[in-house]
Amino acid sequence: MVQYNFKKITVVPNGKEFIDIILSRTQRQTPTVVHKGYSISRLRQFYMRKVKYTQQNFHEKLSTIIEEFPRLDDIHPFYGDLLHVLYNKDHYKLALGQINTARNLISKIAKDYVRLLKYGDSLYRCKSLKVAALGRMCTVIKRIAPSLAYLEQIRQHMARLPSIDPNTRTILICGYPNVGKSSFINKITRADVDVQPYAFTTKSLFVGHTDYKYLRYQVIDTPGILDRPFEDRNIIEMCSITALAHLRAAVLFFLDISGSCGYSIAAQAALFHSIKSLFMNKPLIIVCNKTDLQPLEGISEEDAKLVMEMKAEAMKTVIGQGGDPLNDEGVLLTMSTLTEEGVVSVKNAACERLLDQRVELKMKSKKMNDCLNRFHVAVPKPRDQKERPPCIPQAVLEGMAKQQAAEKEKRKLERDLEEENGGAGVYSASLKKHYILKNDDWKEDIMPEILDGHNVYDFIDPDVLQRLEELEQEEGLRAEEEDDDFEMDGKELTLEEQEALAEIRKKKSLLIQQHRIKKSTAESRPTVPRKFDKEKKFTSERMGRQLSALGLDPTLAINRFRSKSRGRKRERSLGRGGNDGDDVMDMDVDQPNKKLRARSRSLSRSRSMSRPPGEVVAGEGFKDSAQKVKALKLAKKSVKKRNKDARRGEADRVIPTLKPKHLFSGKRSIGKTTRR
Amino acid sequence: MRLEKCWFCSSTVYPGHGIQFVRNDAKIFRFCRSKCHKNFKMKRNPRKVKWTKAYRRLHGKDMTQDSTFEFERKRNRPERYDRNLAENTLKAIKKIDKVRVDREARHHALRMKGKKAKEQREAAKELEQGIHMVKAPAVLEKEPSLTLPKIKVKVSRPQAEENHPMEE
Repeated sequence: MVQYNFKKITVVPNGKEFIDIILSRTQRQTPTVVHKGYSISRLRQFYMRKVKYTQQNFHEKLSTIIEEFPRLDDIHPFYGDLLHVLYNKDHYKLALGQINTARNLISKIAKDYVRLLKYGDSLYRCKSLKVAALGRMCTVIKRIAPSLAYLEQIRQHMARLPSIDPNTRTILICGYPNVGKSSFINKITRADVDVQPYAFTTKSLFVGHTDYKYLRYQVIDTPGILDRPFEDRNIIEMCSITALAHLRAAVLFFLDISGSCGYSIAAQAALFHSIKSLFMNKPLIIVCNKTDLQPLEGISEEDAKLVMEMKAEAMKTVIGQGGDPLNDEGVLLTMSTLTEEGVVSVKNAACERLLDQRVELKMKSKKMNDCLNRFHVAVPKPRDQKERPPCIPQAVLEGMAKQQAAEKEKRKLERDLEEENGGAGVYSASLKKHYILKNDDWKEDIMPEILDGHNVYDFIDPDVLQRLEELEQEEGLRAEEEDDDFEMDGKELTLEEQEALAEIRKKKSLLIQQHRIKKSTAESRPTVPRKFDKEKKFTSERMGRQLSALGLDPTLAINRFRSKSRGRKRERSLGRGGNDGDDVMDMDVDQPNKKLRARSRSLSRSRSMSRPPGEVVAGEGFKDSAQKVKALKLAKKSVKKRNKDARRGEADRVIPTLKPKHLFSGKRSIGKTTRR
Repeated sequence: MRLEKCWFCSSTVYPGHGIQFVRNDAKIFRFCRSKCHKNFKMKRNPRKVKWTKAYRRLHGKDMTQDSTFEFERKRNRPERYDRNLAENTLKAIKKIDKVRVDREARHHALRMKGKKAKEQREAAKELEQGIHMVKAPAVLEKEPSLTLPKIKVKVSRPQAEENHPMEE
């Protein structure tokens, strides 16, 4: 829509601002660095670019101004005339023309200077050419600065013009100043026009919108018109004249019956007659306002006559539109905006008249004929003249009557009950009041939901009792059968046997425990050698204890153990002399030699010398001492390596640390660490 | 308010206890305590976890089918309140419980039936085999009864010792 563009015109900058904007943009957007030492083509290019860029920007901006401002010949004549009235067509056109010439001038300047720059031979010359070019362009702009200011003013004013659609349904309100036009528009639309007691409160057109029969109507409030010759009218009056002239709308001519606007009915009638040419082909309604001050019937004879004349004029327009000539109700109406009587009927009458006229026109146009063929409203043909109203059965009618009666008497609400019994916090409504149960005593019963870890609701069953009985019968039967079974109690163990068993189990568990300990910490625990371990020491006492625990007499065993050891010692000590063992024994017993005795005693008590290594002993299985020596040597050899590795024996395969850090980490002073 | 069953161990979840987990397919898993919840998160199958009811029932440790279980069924249609019915139901619950407990005890007894005899046999065998750890075979020949030897034999002193005072 053309009118909306008025709000979207870009701001026209001031002359000075314009220059600043363009020049600063040139400085920012083009390269800035140039040296004397560059090649000449580069220098020329640099400065040509600047000149061209500036010219382009000016061109762009000026073109937008020229295009965005509306051309008075291209827009709707209403707007054309309005703009002419407000701003003077000629001035407007001149301003835009100046902008256009400026644009052309700048292009020419740029062209000339670019041509000159092509032959610039030094940095200084190119630079001064560029300075000159830019300077001339700026002068051009400075010269059109007043036009720019003027256009900016116009733009600001245009943006505030009301957005009137010249083609839609419009109602125009006109009349003398202060007759009540703005109050009327305030009443029927949401517009908020100033209403003041002085004349010319409304200085321009105002638009409001109202609805009638699902259609939107524009209502335009105009400034008041005085009765003057055409040439003497000021701009404000010209606005309303323009509107009247160009808009195809229903016209409401307002008449102040009471004369409180300051003008008599005669003066208003005179105005009417002077502008009645503008009411050609428009549905006209004469509205007599302010009837609260002066009703229509109470006016004087001459005034009544004048009013009738106006009415007659209005009737002519009705006839002209093909309306009903006998119907004169829609032509002269009375109302009062203060008491609001008749306001709506005026609006309805105006809308109706306008709609009729528009429909008439549309019907007459060629386009309608194409459509009319396709419309057909089907109406059922009445069979006879009998009246058939809707039929409501008697019962329903009675019921409806009763319901209404019942609603009339107030029902006691729960809320009232609550308030009676102490209010919201004190009284809590019994939700169980309206329960439908077999016995009304049960209404307030509380039933448990949980019992002994079961949900009671899961057990509810109408035949609970019956099933329970069956269950109990079953139980009874089974209990009888159960008495037959009993346990065979045959092979009980005696007390002693039980003790023995307990002992056995204890010993077994001890063994198992020890084995487990040994197994779990086999490789990491330090073991105390047996000869230093008090509990495991191989002593005769221990052996004695163990044997006696089993029930054997350990005496013989201990004696043999001891004798064997002592015998050996004795032999050796006196064997140095190379004598028999038997002799030694006898000698000892027979000769109570003190010295010998003392010696033998001391020898028997202390540890004596061990055998020489190569000596063959009877039970060992060696041929001669050489073989034994060899065997010992071999044994030592095999053990040597293991000892060096700190292994406890053949089977010791313990690795104390699987990944020793010093082998797996760290840098090398020379060499690589890709392989370790 | 309802008592629910824990999905993992099948114990009752009282109000205020446990966690409910709702899966994306809208299946609800209720747990009685974090132990069950954590086991569930570890994706353990309750049928393989020894202490759950599911395992016990599956392996026949507990009673599986019984008419007492049919009394307790989740009813979706509520019945109209009837005081007599409510009273009877409450009494019935107690009796049903008693019956169920008796039956479970019977089941357990049946399961444990042959145990005593077996134990006795095993004990006798163990005794026979292991008696040598407690009583030496030599002693056993002399005294065949399975009693422990009570004698503690004193070790007699060696001859050389006795002679010394004499010599001196």
